[in-house]
Amino acid sequence: MSAPEGALVSRRLDWRPPALILAIALGSLVLVGNPSTWLTLTIAGLAMGLMIFIMSSGLTLVFGLMDVMNFAHGLFIALGAYVGASTVKLFSAAASADSFLANLGAIAPAVLAAMLAAGLLGLFFERVIVRPVYGDHLKQILITTGGMIVAEQLILVLWGPDQIPVERPATLRGSFLVGDMAIEKYRLIAVAIGLAVFAGMMLLLNRTKIGLLIRAGVENKEMVEAMGYRIRRLFVGVFVAGSALAGLGGALWGMYQESVTVHIGASMMVLIFIVIIIGGLGSIGGCFAGAVLVGLVANYVGYLSPKIALGSNILLMVLILLWRPQGLYPVGKS
Amino acid sequence: MAENLLSLSGVHTHIGHYHILQGVDLVVPRGELTMLLGRNGAGKTTALRTILGLWSASAGAIRFEDSDITQRDTPAIANLGIAYVPESMGIFAGLTVQENLVLAARRGPPEEARLDWIFRYFPPMKKFWDLPAGNLSGGQKQMLSISRAIVEPRKLVLIDEPTKGLAPAIINNLIEAFAELKKTDTTILMVEQNFHAAKSLGDSVAVMDAGRIVHAGRMADLATDDALQTRLLGLSLEAHQ
Amino acid sequence: MIAGLLSGDAPRSRILSALLLAILVALALAPFLFPGTRPLDVAAKVCVFVLLVASYDLLLGYTGIVSFAHTMFFGIGGYGVAIALSRMEPGWGAIALGTVAAVALSLALSFLVGLFSLRVKAIFFAMITLAVASFFAILASQLSDFTGGEDGITFKVPELLRSRVATYYLVFGVALGLFLVLLRIVNSPFGRVLLAIRENEFRAEALGYRTVIYRTLANCLGAVVATLAGALYALWLRYTGPNTTLDFSIMIDILLMVVIGGMGTMYGAVIGAAIFVVAQNYLQEAMKAFSGAMQGIPLLPDLFHPDRWLLWLGVLFVLSVYYFPAGIVGQLRARKKA
Repeated sequence: MSAPEGALVSRRLDWRPPALILAIALGSLVLVGNPSTWLTLTIAGLAMGLMIFIMSSGLTLVFGLMDVMNFAHGLFIALGAYVGASTVKLFSAAASADSFLANLGAIAPAVLAAMLAAGLLGLFFERVIVRPVYGDHLKQILITTGGMIVAEQLILVLWGPDQIPVERPATLRGSFLVGDMAIEKYRLIAVAIGLAVFAGMMLLLNRTKIGLLIRAGVENKEMVEAMGYRIRRLFVGVFVAGSALAGLGGALWGMYQESVTVHIGASMMVLIFIVIIIGGLGSIGGCFAGAVLVGLVANYVGYLSPKIALGSNILLMVLILLWRPQGLYPVGKS
Repeated sequence: MAENLLSLSGVHTHIGHYHILQGVDLVVPRGELTMLLGRNGAGKTTALRTILGLWSASAGAIRFEDSDITQRDTPAIANLGIAYVPESMGIFAGLTVQENLVLAARRGPPEEARLDWIFRYFPPMKKFWDLPAGNLSGGQKQMLSISRAIVEPRKLVLIDEPTKGLAPAIINNLIEAFAELKKTDTTILMVEQNFHAAKSLGDSVAVMDAGRIVHAGRMADLATDDALQTRLLGLSLEAHQ
Repeated sequence: MIAGLLSGDAPRSRILSALLLAILVALALAPFLFPGTRPLDVAAKVCVFVLLVASYDLLLGYTGIVSFAHTMFFGIGGYGVAIALSRMEPGWGAIALGTVAAVALSLALSFLVGLFSLRVKAIFFAMITLAVASFFAILASQLSDFTGGEDGITFKVPELLRSRVATYYLVFGVALGLFLVLLRIVNSPFGRVLLAIRENEFRAEALGYRTVIYRTLANCLGAVVATLAGALYALWLRYTGPNTTLDFSIMIDILLMVVIGGMGTMYGAVIGAAIFVVAQNYLQEAMKAFSGAMQGIPLLPDLFHPDRWLLWLGVLFVLSVYYFPAGIVGQLRARKKA
């Protein structure tokens, strides 16, 4: 009794969600039949999933920490995409050079500017829009939706109503050829950045005191305050960081799509909501698993049965919720 | 009589439409363990939460050492050296025992000597050091919650019903630990329903009823006065003995 | 008799009464007061949206739940009528069949969505309905054999409705009738339970009301009325497509109308829809003049560009939520008390 046997087991990661992802990947290999097509689809799915993860991670943490759901989160994505696109244009000489290092001279400023702009907007949003409506879900939904309407219009004022083409830097166009398999370069970059963000986030959450505080705050905000920590500051930090990440995701997504419209954020919001619901609201690990699952399923189904591809994510969400009503990795609130 | 570390005078607390504390006057002498007794719903937990600023007092004054803390927010109050063991224990289930203790230690990593002292009374803390706290048993969770409160020297520890729902053997273990804690000159304000535990630990005592303190004095006096016990605490406490 | 028609829920403000009366008269006599196609279009749209917004207010204002799936039910009504009329002999039978089938589908869907997600937090419901509505919009554009895809369906209407004036009075009459029914519902004991749940869910639960059942009922009722509004709109336009029914921007319009008009009062729907539809059609012209007058000044002409009219309504919306959550109707009523 004093030494719970199950403890040692559940200290480890819950293996079922990753096993599910693996099973879906292997199952679709059988359905797709052709290994090289399957690999292309898998990498496309991972790229999409990881970009969605970058965009949604902040939203799920903000919800976990402060019980705030920001329906205008898509705005940070759109802003990031626009700022990223404009910055790449500004450095177009570097972007069109045929050297990866030179290209980096365009991508790095684009990504940083996107994160900075989205982060600053997040700071403003937290102070002006969200802070007055803590604890009132109805007003939160309304006010953040209203904020989104206004900000979308402001983006149109600044950038105009037309679709903006985004030029992908020269060395990131095209594909690597491995045997008869073509792997799009940009997707690999997106996967690498996504994994780096996830790894960094896991390190932060598990190895630093700020990370401990965030995890503790998601579980029991009041106890964290009773220990003498100011959760407000922590929350502002998470909100701003989450917004900046959404901006990063938006910039990457814009370059992936090679065009940006004002609806880029709103159209991602549905996927993002599905991802964080599937993952379990407030859970970073769940958000990651959910994003990968959504990305993979969208690509596999898109190839196998294009008709139902766009709706496959809803179906996936319903099935996951029937299996685990609280999501893949539920956050234990106390 | 010892100098008072904490004093409440005329404290009222409203929660929503409910008027819970209706003018509480309470003193907690420095270096003593003060027991706060009373029936369910008398306002004991609300009193602890109001001291810590988790509910805000609508009237009256709360003084800690030389300062008025009535209007301060919870983190500021906690940082004066006040720790809290809530009735729900408030452990972070997804964090390991170690991580729970690391968070509780505000002045840097927990000191080895202090940890050894904790491990002596609560051996499971050492045994399950790297396990998520959610996997601990009820008694172990209570030990962790208390360990967090005393992982550093504190001026005042607020403890809400530590023995609730625990097996007698574990209760005795806790009582021993509290007795040991008293020797470190830590001031404690404890809410307790278990009169046996209260009697053996308390130096002074205050009894609450309907949002007010209806009796305050030495624990020894109350422990020997059966008539007073029956009048103040009724039969509800007898059942716990 | 008027009190009976209004279910005892009088406007309770002289200005509000005058406004409502003016809107009623303007709508009732629209074909005669404002000759021309466009004004009649605007009037019909006001009628449809008053009904649509009122049905949404049953959810948002009276039960405090935010749904993003209201346009889905609106669309089901539109597609029901359109599919029936384009595949069958264009007669009243087809309209009836299409409407009944649409109402049945809406009932089933709203019941399922309600049971599935109304037990949980408002936020969760909002997220789920957003996902479901976007799924439905995708479905409608994918099943092009059935729905005409992005192009939508243009269809013929029965003989009688070939007259614009006759169609207008059908729209006006049905909208007015259903609005009065909604007014009756919110002032019935059922409506008062909904308000009690919105004010204090725990207490309502403690009093023995099964809040999930009441909320699901309100959800279904709102969905049915939205479906009927969609059918009316389709009959008026003789067309149903994603852009006139399912688009997310229409959902945003509904939110704007209900909040600006006033949540939790049916009259707010009337005021909100009237203001919004008129602004949508005529504010742009005013802004064009304004924007033209400011040529040369940086940024300002862009801010007042006619296409940016939604910006200003958005600002009004945000200010409404903060400063007068009861909207225009609430402000007018408060003035009377002061």
